[in-house]
Amino acid sequence: MYIPLSDVFKSLLGSTSVQDSWLYIIQDYRIPKALTAILVGSGLGISGLLMQTLFRNPLAGPFVLGISSGASLGVALVILGSSFFGGAFASIIMTTWGIVIAASLGSFLVLLSVLVVSVKIRDTMAILIIGLMFASITAAIVSVLSYFGSAEQLRQYVFWGFGSLGNLSWYELLIFFSIYAFGIIFGLASVKSLNTLLLGENYAKSLGLNIKKSRLIIIIATSLLAGTITAFAGPIAFIGLAIPHITRQLFNTSNHKILLPAVFLFGAIIMLICDSIAQLPNSDYTLPINAITSLIGAPVVIWLLVRKRKMVF
Amino acid sequence: MEKKNAHIILKTKDLSIGYVSKKEQTIVASNIDIELQKGELIGLIGGNGIGKSTLLRTLSNVQKPLQGSIIINEKDITKFDPIELAKVMSLVLTEVVPSKNLSVFELVALGRYPYTNWVGNLTNEDIDKVNQALNLTNILELKHKNCFELSDGQLQKVMIARALAQDTDIIILDEPTTHLDMYHKAYILKLLQKLTKETGKTILFSSHEIDLTIQLCDTVIVMTKDEVVSDQPCNLISKGTFNNLFPKDLIEFDEQTGTFRVKKQ
Repeated sequence: MYIPLSDVFKSLLGSTSVQDSWLYIIQDYRIPKALTAILVGSGLGISGLLMQTLFRNPLAGPFVLGISSGASLGVALVILGSSFFGGAFASIIMTTWGIVIAASLGSFLVLLSVLVVSVKIRDTMAILIIGLMFASITAAIVSVLSYFGSAEQLRQYVFWGFGSLGNLSWYELLIFFSIYAFGIIFGLASVKSLNTLLLGENYAKSLGLNIKKSRLIIIIATSLLAGTITAFAGPIAFIGLAIPHITRQLFNTSNHKILLPAVFLFGAIIMLICDSIAQLPNSDYTLPINAITSLIGAPVVIWLLVRKRKMVF
Repeated sequence: MEKKNAHIILKTKDLSIGYVSKKEQTIVASNIDIELQKGELIGLIGGNGIGKSTLLRTLSNVQKPLQGSIIINEKDITKFDPIELAKVMSLVLTEVVPSKNLSVFELVALGRYPYTNWVGNLTNEDIDKVNQALNLTNILELKHKNCFELSDGQLQKVMIARALAQDTDIIILDEPTTHLDMYHKAYILKLLQKLTKETGKTILFSSHEIDLTIQLCDTVIVMTKDEVVSDQPCNLISKGTFNNLFPKDLIEFDEQTGTFRVKKQ
């Protein structure tokens, strides 16, 4: 849908000279969508940064560690498995809240399992492989569920998997924002422990950091952010991994006092750009947002690996 | 025991160290009774695998003692909360810092963690302490360099500066001279000696540089399979303690020079 730029500004300023349908599209579709993009980009960027510092691994992120697959499993259980619960209960858990809770719970459980394993195994590469294994297990369970699911349920799940920044009403956006805000607050509250963790856990401990508590706060922040984002916008790939790296390269520092706000801004900006590209300006088509983030994110990851010798983390 | 009146900053009572696995405990060393005096440089020597690191880890509360107690400033180590302990004791470990994309100033400033607010903002006092630490370790000119640009020797000085910025009575270093050339080994240990003299801190380090340790330390703790002995280096030499440090088939201790020599077959 093409709306002239001048009319966009007019409608934002509350002018009545704009067509009603355009006004509706801008106020109830495009503004919520842009806000969703900001929340998704900044939230995923920050949860990626938290994971990379916590696991001291440049390849960590909500996607790689299986947090998104945990959320996917939760959502799959709700959408595909709802027929098993049947009747009134199914209609209750199929609400937005049901999906949000299922996704958050799924991501929290997977992250917790990865963390339990990571306490026993100090080799970070092993942790990543274990994260990928968790992703395979959840993918397998989703396959089994899909096999028994109806065509309509499958369609619903597959569309959720494409990722979407639209479709959120103002009310849903409010729910999204309130959980997201908690995640961001927990993340910002960890700024000092994150910087201390840059020295490694033993040094952090010798500086009086309560490792268990800070770890838990960082995990809660990540699972709230990654969980709600995946619930409301689907599993958005690569943003969580790529944004912290792009920011680190540009600012050339690991200091979280600079990184946290910078990642927040970059995440929001890049997600808005991805959304604009997905929208295919001046056309009536909208591409799945997940395709666009991967098309931008994957080359960044490849570029990072090629540059690895010079990569500072 | 002629120093009985001097201020004892850390002592152990009947300490046993080691590891507890599922069913059994492995005792690495037991009956350790040592006293660290204020303002002294103390070297800890012993062969590979004898338990130097385990002792340092136990003294710094990274792992629990199997038996006995550690008393710092007349207070049991288990009675300290983490921040309190971090204000009394700082560490320099052998492990590599995972993220080196911080400036020297930022890394040293992390030593102020126990004193700063929740964001970690530095007050003027904190900045003064960091600059002092940089000054004492002669790395003021590296202040704005990134840590990945530094040599091993420079990085070790930065880690020592970080421990200094933590403003503690005790600094414990685990093999601070590994990976360094002969000059820098002597430089780092000499620096530690200077720091004890100028700041009155108690510095305990483990090392394989036995000759340097004998020359520079006020007290040397020698760990052998049978016992842990702590005394002034000259007393240890006259008691012949160093002869028991290693198996006797390859090297022998020369009391005249205070060094080990390869045996002539």
